[in-house]
Amino acid sequence: MINLELPDYLDNLKTQMKGFAEGLLRPIARKYDEAEHTYPVELDVLKGMPVMSRPKKKAGEEKPKKGAERKNGSNMSQAVTVESICWGDVGLMLSIPGAGLGNAAIVAVATDEQMERFGSKWAAMAITEPGSGSDAGSIQTTAVLDGDEWVLNGEKIFVTCADRCDAVVVWANVDPSAGKAGIKSFIVEKGTPGFTLEKLEHKLGIRASDTGTFFLKDCRIPKDNILGSAEVKKSTEGFKGVMKTFDNTRPMVASMSNGVAGASLEFLKQKMEEAGIALDYNENTNNVSAMQKEYYMMEANLEAMRLLTYKASWMADEKIFNNVEASMSKAKAGRAGTLITQKVCELLGSMGFTREHLAEKWMRDSKILDIFEGTGQIQHLIVARNILKLSRNELK
Amino acid sequence: MFDLSLSKEQKMVKDSFSKLVKDLIADNAHEMDEAGEIPVSAVQKAWELGCSVSGVPEEFGGYGMEDSPILSALVLEELAYGDMAYAVAVTAPSLFITPINDMGTEDQKKALLPNACTDDYHVYTMAMCEPHFGADAVSLKTTAEKKNGSYILNGVKCFAPCASQAEKMLVSASLDGENNLFVVEKGAAGLTISEKEKNLGLYSLETNTVTLENCEVPADARIGGDKGVDYDRVLARSRVAMASMAAGMCRCSLDIVKQYAVEREQFGEPIAHRQSIAFMIAEMAYETDAIRLMAWQAASRLEAGKSAKREAYLAKLYAGEMAMKICDYGVQILGGHGYIREMNVERLYRNARSIACVEALSMA
Ligand SMILES: Cc1cc2nc3c(=O)[nH]c(=O)nc-3n(C[C@H](O)[C@H](O)[C@H](O)COP(=O)(O)OP(=O)(O)OC[C@H]3O[C@@H](n4cnc5c(N)ncnc54)[C@H](O)[C@@H]3O)c2cc1C
Ligand SMILES: Cc1cc2nc3c(=O)[nH]c(=O)nc-3n(C[C@H](O)[C@H](O)[C@H](O)COP(=O)(O)OP(=O)(O)OC[C@H]3O[C@@H](n4cnc5c(N)ncnc54)[C@H](O)[C@@H]3O)c2cc1C
Repeated sequence: MINLELPDYLDNLKTQMKGFAEGLLRPIARKYDEAEHTYPVELDVLKGMPVMSRPKKKAGEEKPKKGAERKNGSNMSQAVTVESICWGDVGLMLSIPGAGLGNAAIVAVATDEQMERFGSKWAAMAITEPGSGSDAGSIQTTAVLDGDEWVLNGEKIFVTCADRCDAVVVWANVDPSAGKAGIKSFIVEKGTPGFTLEKLEHKLGIRASDTGTFFLKDCRIPKDNILGSAEVKKSTEGFKGVMKTFDNTRPMVASMSNGVAGASLEFLKQKMEEAGIALDYNENTNNVSAMQKEYYMMEANLEAMRLLTYKASWMADEKIFNNVEASMSKAKAGRAGTLITQKVCELLGSMGFTREHLAEKWMRDSKILDIFEGTGQIQHLIVARNILKLSRNELK
Repeated sequence: MFDLSLSKEQKMVKDSFSKLVKDLIADNAHEMDEAGEIPVSAVQKAWELGCSVSGVPEEFGGYGMEDSPILSALVLEELAYGDMAYAVAVTAPSLFITPINDMGTEDQKKALLPNACTDDYHVYTMAMCEPHFGADAVSLKTTAEKKNGSYILNGVKCFAPCASQAEKMLVSASLDGENNLFVVEKGAAGLTISEKEKNLGLYSLETNTVTLENCEVPADARIGGDKGVDYDRVLARSRVAMASMAAGMCRCSLDIVKQYAVEREQFGEPIAHRQSIAFMIAEMAYETDAIRLMAWQAASRLEAGKSAKREAYLAKLYAGEMAMKICDYGVQILGGHGYIREMNVERLYRNARSIACVEALSMA
């Protein structure tokens, strides 16, 4: 039955996570924006926290009793949690030990034996290359089997957690003649000969996050370090399967945007209220000040972003295929979040340009959320291809 | 829990209205618009499905089901998917019935609801909007003054749906600075109803200007008695209705362009193969979803008996802005053909403007 109110336990989770964000992240947000790349030691308290754990095995899964109240699943909890933490600071959220994108991939596809070996490692994810960004299927890094080892060669850029991670899930092609079908992912541990962290990037925002470049030069890793099967199938189903992991992470990035935009709007609201500008959700927006009208419109956009994110997350929990909705949520939240944080700075005037306040930082931080894990344009492509039933050759 | 799935009942109701619209309205909306009227039989058919009365207790003539803003939101989206003018005409009585059922005194319910909740559709409506520049549903110029136990109403209202045929209507007016609703009967002294207004859109819907000149109504005409009404809730329910109708119109525009863009070829291939077209369509899709979700969010709060002032306000604001944008894209994607009145996107473009300009055309 339709009900768009969050249940109490999710509301409480939100409050709890916001409290955590306010107590632990906000106070150090500026510090690590300035001390770019420095590991935030304050986050050590989160070490060992099960951020990414494996869902319970099927056999142990309890079927909800008939008549028992249905509950929202883990994707909804995640949407609420990620938003609240990013309300605190998105760069720091990306620095939480053990919560790398590589961890998500490992949790999703690793064998029990691999889980044993790598489950507790902080794992980054390396797909992007200098010549291959949005078109992830065109990566040039190769992996060749030589006896009991894979030999990897290539360059990976923009790897989040490059410095701090223990291992990297690297995408490489085992059979370039097979195109995308040859793309597999491999776990490469730090310290492996031939695997070097080349440099860290200086960025517009999320400066607390260490984004870096890796070189792989005749880098040898054990044969067992491949995630999933080594077999190259004729179809691109395998590649599509890897991309599917992003159906769950796109709403997560949308949640990040909801968090940053929410922080930004809340700050504006506070300043407006301090100045005696009331927000009563009452008057015709054409009879209020320009500032109030902008505010209302932004808050409406934030609701839209959030509800589209909840929809994609709810579908994932209900095991409804959510490829389109996941992209919709990221397309909307990525763009609208960027616009909100920009506008808030404008409305704050001098307070929006000074580094004394965090508004300018949120404007820098939010921009990445319309870029990584598929740019806004790529999300529109995914949505449009699906609803218009067009192939990637018809709609390029 | 947070849930977007429809219950059996919700699905059944939605499907029956969807079928009705497909059978009766979808192919006729343009002709209705040109003719400037809606066949009475089409209105009666929707009425028989329980529009506006299902949430009224049986003793007052209703179906005795739960008074459900969510169900109304679903119905309004389906109706407006066919045609917004039709949606408003069919549900105009909800503007009268819903506030009374929700906030009237027992005596008012007994006295007013049974006549409005009959098997045959009769027009009951509300006059909320005002025609002056800067008009605002919360700062009404129409006034009510208490005098010798009755109320004297003065003011001018516009866009009152179907008012010329209404047996009774609710009129919003400020009483000592508080917004209230009063029942005004057909033919009341001091009540003048204009000819059909000529509007940008909704050609087939009759709307009227309602003038009240020292119009005297009895003490029990004030809905809610001495307490008055929860005016915020009245507005919230009407705003959810506006947003839901916006979702219906946007979905209609989207469905038209989805088909058109893959069929229409220029420069040797379907225009849908161009990102500038395809991306507009993607945007139409998620913004339509967003409008609907915001309407449902406000409706969920109303359904739980909570205040939805903020949610409904934002939902209507968003719907007003986005429906215009989406229906604009609808015309644009059809190019010159979209500018021709035979194409439904043209009507949607005009009708969409009503969401931001007008208040209280229906109640969820
Ligand atoms: C801070 C940061 C962290 C990152 N973290 C990671 C990480 O951990 N792991 C990882 O693998 N990658 C990571 N990335 C890389 C990120 O995913 C890519 O930057 C992103 O996918 C875009 O690729 P690109 O930068 O090469 O841009 P390009 O693909 O070159 O795109 C440039 C522009 O063209 C547009 N464009 C491209 N193709 C099309 C098309 N078909 N139609 C229309 N427009 C198109 C894009 O939308 C964009 O606007 C990170 C990037 C940054 C900046
Ligand atoms: C009131 C009116 C008066 C007119 N007067 C005249 C007149 O006097 N003489 C005359 O000859 N014509 C006239 N026209 C026709 C007018 O010039 C065309 O309607 C216009 O050029 C668009 O063509 P179309 O309607 O076939 O749309 P289409 O070409 O089918 O375009 C449909 C949509 O696809 C888009 N599109 C098309 N190709 C591409 C592409 N390659 N990339 C991206 N998007 C694309 C368009 O922008 C549009 O949004 C008139 C039209 C109207 C409505």
